[in-house]
Amino acid sequence: MDGNGYLPEDRSPGVEERESTATVASYTAGLGLAILATIGSFVVAQTSLLWPPGIPVGLIVLALAQIGVHLVFFLHLGSGPDNTNNILALAFGVLIVFLVIGGSLWIVDNLSTNMMPGPIN
Amino acid sequence: MTTTTIEAASNRLAHQRDSGPAPTRIVVAYGFWIFILSDIVMFSALFAAYAVLAGNTAGGPTGAELFNLRNVFLMTMCLLVSSYTGGLGALSAEQRKPERFLLFAAATFVLGAAFLFLEIAEFVGMIHKGAAPSRSAFLSAFFTLVGMHGAHVTAGLIWLVYMMAQVVAKGLRAAVLRRLLCFSLFWHALDIVWVGVMTLVYLMGVQ
Amino acid sequence: MLGKLSWAAIPFNEPLPLVSTAVVALILLVALAIVTVKGWWPYLWREWLTSVDHKRIGVMYVSLGLVMLLRGFADALMMRSQQALAIGTAQGYLPPEHYNQIFSAHGTIMIFFVAMPLVIGLMNFVVPLQLGVRDVAFPVLNSVSFWLTAAGALLINVSLVIGNFARTGWMAYPPLSGIQFSPDVGVDYYLWSLQISGIGTLFTGINFVTTILKLRAPGMTYFRMPVFCWTALAANLLIVAAFPILTATFLMLLLDRYLGMHFFTNDAGGNQMMYVNLFWAWGHPEVYILILPAFGIFSEVAATYSGKALFSYRSMVLATLAICILSFMVWLHHFFTMGAGANVNAFFGIMSAIIAVPTGVKVFNWLFTMFRGRIVFTTPMLFLIGFIVTFVIGGLTGVLLAIPPVDFVLHNSAFLVAHFHNVIIGGVLFGVLAGYNHWFPKAFGFTLDDRLGKASFWCWLVGFYLAFMPLYVLGLMGMTRRLQHIADPSWRPWLLVAGAGAIVIFCGILCQVAQLYLSIRTREHRRDVTGDPWNGRTLEWATPSPPPAYNFAVLPRVETIDAFWEMKRKGEQRWVERRYQAIEMPRNSATGFVLSFFAVVTGFALIWHVWWIVILGLLAAAATILAFGWSDEREREISATEIARMERTRVAVGGAG
Repeated sequence: MDGNGYLPEDRSPGVEERESTATVASYTAGLGLAILATIGSFVVAQTSLLWPPGIPVGLIVLALAQIGVHLVFFLHLGSGPDNTNNILALAFGVLIVFLVIGGSLWIVDNLSTNMMPGPIN
Repeated sequence: MTTTTIEAASNRLAHQRDSGPAPTRIVVAYGFWIFILSDIVMFSALFAAYAVLAGNTAGGPTGAELFNLRNVFLMTMCLLVSSYTGGLGALSAEQRKPERFLLFAAATFVLGAAFLFLEIAEFVGMIHKGAAPSRSAFLSAFFTLVGMHGAHVTAGLIWLVYMMAQVVAKGLRAAVLRRLLCFSLFWHALDIVWVGVMTLVYLMGVQ
Repeated sequence: MLGKLSWAAIPFNEPLPLVSTAVVALILLVALAIVTVKGWWPYLWREWLTSVDHKRIGVMYVSLGLVMLLRGFADALMMRSQQALAIGTAQGYLPPEHYNQIFSAHGTIMIFFVAMPLVIGLMNFVVPLQLGVRDVAFPVLNSVSFWLTAAGALLINVSLVIGNFARTGWMAYPPLSGIQFSPDVGVDYYLWSLQISGIGTLFTGINFVTTILKLRAPGMTYFRMPVFCWTALAANLLIVAAFPILTATFLMLLLDRYLGMHFFTNDAGGNQMMYVNLFWAWGHPEVYILILPAFGIFSEVAATYSGKALFSYRSMVLATLAICILSFMVWLHHFFTMGAGANVNAFFGIMSAIIAVPTGVKVFNWLFTMFRGRIVFTTPMLFLIGFIVTFVIGGLTGVLLAIPPVDFVLHNSAFLVAHFHNVIIGGVLFGVLAGYNHWFPKAFGFTLDDRLGKASFWCWLVGFYLAFMPLYVLGLMGMTRRLQHIADPSWRPWLLVAGAGAIVIFCGILCQVAQLYLSIRTREHRRDVTGDPWNGRTLEWATPSPPPAYNFAVLPRVETIDAFWEMKRKGEQRWVERRYQAIEMPRNSATGFVLSFFAVVTGFALIWHVWWIVILGLLAAAATILAFGWSDEREREISATEIARMERTRVAVGGAG
């Protein structure tokens, strides 16, 4: 146990390192990458840089990338040898989100195709 | 120095399983991380509802007609930079520098408040145009999803002010530091949710 | 000034709710009077209402669940009797608008205020003890969880006498539950009561996931944890993953009702199927939240009363985790008939069949645990055997229903009702009653009378089969659920048998009441002086009965599975004089109680549209949270001398092992 009262191996997301210089750089790098991803998203959405049917895919890829940047550079996920619990929890959460959103979309879309044609909403 | 640190670290690793209950700071941070994940699941249910209902405009205004992407870009930048200043504030707190923390916290607050101001202005504008939440399922879903995020931001700002008061009154003691840690997790998570909102609601909405 | 509230809200012209409320109010007043006259308020406040001790909170949860069981069962008796009487030209005694409230309240209460509190209460009491630690990760949050659940229970009970309850069934599907077709307060009672208790439950999930993953005795790796802790972990992971979905879904329905939004309305683009979809995305994991801890209890019971280690610990753990993940991939089987295509129905049907496999693994493991063991036929062991038979039948009918073409015939029939009562009573309730008998001596220092326990078991077992097997037949004959009147007289014999079954179950409940009363009366003859009345295997039996506030004076050092069994094998459970260190325990906190008081007030005001009280209530709740968030002095120290004194007293009483 170090002076701060915790084992350096067992880290929760967001718990800071001792050395400050390393992580000011990480925050700044994260900010820079996130800004790039954001600008990229707006460009993809508003220009024809990507083949139009591919725009949603491009947007999702950029969004996932930016979320990854946040997780790694702001929340320090993945740093420290025994991060297993944190990453497992995140993986579990991601699975649930995927099942809820993906499952709902698949189900409701399937239901809609079986609905009678009627006045369009 | 380096060799002994590595040896010490590997010894600690070997005994890590046998160490018993984790220290309070770790327990609190992990618990709050689990709470964040539960909040993300709640947002995902709202996202699912939005995705299903986004096309149900009931003859009323659509996203393409309503959304102002320049405004959205501004809001995104405010929130993103506030995440950055929040992170620098967290660092200052860890380094036991209360004045620097308060400075960055104030910057975070200002940027967060700017985000909220822009969002409220957007909502009011939409309602004045007749695009109220009760107009159509699409608008109900939009206002609820985006509004829920805004409500979380509001709660975060109140929390931030409260934490600044605690730092002034009590200094950067262990309990205060733990709460700041939780706030950082919360604030960064809100920015992650906003990335989803920005992409799935606004950028896809204008296609 | 008082929103929609007026004297018309009280059902002066309906004898049943009025009389039953009067009786309950009288009992409550008498109880409060006794407490006041005897001067017990300081004790109650200090030892129970503001306690953050997981053992106390566990007892309060189980008490809440048992009391609400009486209310939920009263609803059941009314339904059974109505269905036995109202056949052909006879009309019974419950008009449809009442009957609909009764079956809605029955389901809501049994799931949210009986099953959940019972299961959560047992996890609360047992898990920290089994993990060899002093309390859960967030004790004050634990208290908040309990009191918010109690707040929800209170609101639902108030609906009996002020206003009315929902008439929509316990799932509250729109458009029936929307403002157009349910303009009165019933659905609002349902929604706010469950939103409030739902927050409490979510906090429990966070608390226990953190506790099990981050707070264990030294040496207790994951694969040395008792199986009950594994099932508790899986159940609480499901709570964290599923309850937010329910919160969001109810939020959307509330927004429709209060602010005229269109998530689930008939017009302006609402989609009611989305409600059904999201509700069951929560609803299916919910039933696994209930059954997994029951499975864990049975694992403990099987090992303890067979005198043998649990068969194949690893496969038990893997099966538990498999069920946990799979439970999130089956939810569409609750609405096969809503009209999804064959591909979607087939996927979810197959997944629903697959989820029976890990459960089958568990059943075999329990049987193999008992095989060649030295079986002691105590009440918990009887519940285990009854569970194995009954739950397997219920599970098989579940696999039947998992086949979409079969479900098209049987959806929402009495067959379905029989199936889910089969698994919930045979699984969850039997598990909770087994756990109640098994851990009662640990909680209170004396055992329950075993003969009355066995009598209650037999009544529950026989009563269950009498009450629900006919419902399987009736379902196949075409009877649907929720019928207030039966048109086909050929169903009468089955319904009469079912009614008789309800009465036999009632006898079982009476036996339990008698068991508790008599056991308290004769407790001196049944004292548990060793702390280990059943020759247990896990760490909770290493403590005195009841354990001191700090559970363990020195945290045990764990080297194997069944840590206490190993300690006994090595002769280490004997008490030795040693140097103790001071222990820091959390102080009491009124936060939970006060917060829930404001939750009840705010919830009631929201239901009746008394907006100024809503605002005041929310501000008061916020102030309570801020006040709690400011304080730092949350722990108190128990000195080493105090600990030494308490430990020596335990030995003097006979706990040397």
